[in-house]
Amino acid sequence: MLDDKITSHTFWEGVWENNPVFVMLLGMCPVLAVTNSTINALAMGLATLFVLLSSSLLVSLIRNWIPKQTRIAVFIIIIATFVTVVDYVIQAISLDLYNALGAFIQLIVANCMILGRAEAYASKVPPAKALINALGMGLGFTIALLCLGSVREILGSGTLLGFDLFGENYQQWIVMILPPGGFFVLGGWLLLFEWLRERKEQQEATSE
Amino acid sequence: MMRKPPRIELHTAPHAVDGQGVAVIMRNVVYSLLPLLAYVVWLFGLSALMLILVVLLSTLATERFFNWMGKQGSTLDDWSAVITGLLLALTLPPGFPLWMGAVAAIISIALGKVLFGGLGYNLLNPALVGRAFVQAAFPVAITTWTPPFIATRFAEFIPSTLTPPFMQPLDSGPWLTASGMDAISSATPLGLHKFESVSTPLESLFMGTTAGSAGETSALLILLCGAYLALRKMLNWRIPMYVFIGVIVTSALLHWLDDTNPDPLFMLFSGGLMLGAVFMATDMVGSPITPRGVMIYGLLIGFLTVIIRVYGSLSEGVMYAILLGNAATPLIEMATQPRAFGERKAAAKGKTDD
Repeated sequence: MLDDKITSHTFWEGVWENNPVFVMLLGMCPVLAVTNSTINALAMGLATLFVLLSSSLLVSLIRNWIPKQTRIAVFIIIIATFVTVVDYVIQAISLDLYNALGAFIQLIVANCMILGRAEAYASKVPPAKALINALGMGLGFTIALLCLGSVREILGSGTLLGFDLFGENYQQWIVMILPPGGFFVLGGWLLLFEWLRERKEQQEATSE
Repeated sequence: MMRKPPRIELHTAPHAVDGQGVAVIMRNVVYSLLPLLAYVVWLFGLSALMLILVVLLSTLATERFFNWMGKQGSTLDDWSAVITGLLLALTLPPGFPLWMGAVAAIISIALGKVLFGGLGYNLLNPALVGRAFVQAAFPVAITTWTPPFIATRFAEFIPSTLTPPFMQPLDSGPWLTASGMDAISSATPLGLHKFESVSTPLESLFMGTTAGSAGETSALLILLCGAYLALRKMLNWRIPMYVFIGVIVTSALLHWLDDTNPDPLFMLFSGGLMLGAVFMATDMVGSPITPRGVMIYGLLIGFLTVIIRVYGSLSEGVMYAILLGNAATPLIEMATQPRAFGERKAAAKGKTDD
């Protein structure tokens, strides 16, 4: 199924066609929990991107030495290692951010997208291809988080990346920074993406 | 003599044969709401009228928009969107900013109705979905009440009504003071009881001359309007009856256990209970149809209303009680399917169904 050839699909798969959030609906926990502001969403996206890149690379490098029977345990240990690195790095950079993200940094280890990539992709292809695919997937995840985070922050707080957009009389939509707001906005984006996808397919069908 | 070929029409339930189709029933519900709307406008004046119009037009426009998006014919002619709009307007405070009213209307049709597949498929009462959304989004604005009978109510808007879109409600305080109203009259009877331990006399609850959401005021008028619908068999009177029984029993028990809890009569006639029980809990789509199911549904709503009012952080609980009742309806219907004639299994238990 998977050959070693690197095509544009290797990269774009994660950004558009199989976007981890909008298409595969993976990693919903951080998607809903930490997207109440753009900065949180960006930090979470970048942290996940780093873990995904490093673990994919390492898994791909040692893919021929991992025994089939214990592969999940090996993947988890590799992922957990990088999650610990990210955990300490964020703690060192910004304690505020660390507190805002809370347990969800450690929970990157349980993000099924990362384990899924290791199992279904990185353990079967050479390092370069695994790395490019992981970059696409991580970017797709980060973009999705930013999509949610920016809408929720604009509506819920009237700010974007902390900058006041509408002046002090802006009425904040409290529900948008609460958990239900995450579901509302995710639903809205899913609707939009599904509509775009359908339209594209129709256009392709008519042009043929 | 040629016989006309039979005309086949496709409609959602109820499949009535005597002409009481969806549109007829819905239109009559609208008629029965008219006295209520007139009374509300008389109590609260220009602001209430404007709020009703804006909310109504927003629901109709949203419904039409989704008709257009879905490339289907207009579904406005079944009158259900009109009811959603009117009921939603009645659940909002009279001085509610118009733009927030429009948001509530759009949400109620889009999230509460169209998303589920339109009339007949909506699990929850659309008007209450919109209400619940703005309750969560704008908790301050939706609990800012203005008293009825302000002298200048037909000449001027309540300032908060005309808030520019996406801005915080304008402060109505100075305007109210200028109109000779004191602050205490701006709290609902339930809020007064819960947070300030002040009781409101029953007759003003009955006549609806208290502060509150537009339609949660006159118990008498709502009962009369409901009676009209019940007499025309367009409303299942058992649902409000069981809701009232649920409220009376639960609040009597709590009142007996602890004197500071409000008594059953106060519970019955205050807040949005009347409007909710008569016009919203009886929504044909969201309520069960089995006789035992209706009983469980009504009692559950009554019980939850009192529990939320007494123990919740909000002073009013009818909205959430009805939404929870709606959500439980499929389960209730599943559990209360009547025994088919000749079926033996239920008979062995020695139970008879209604």
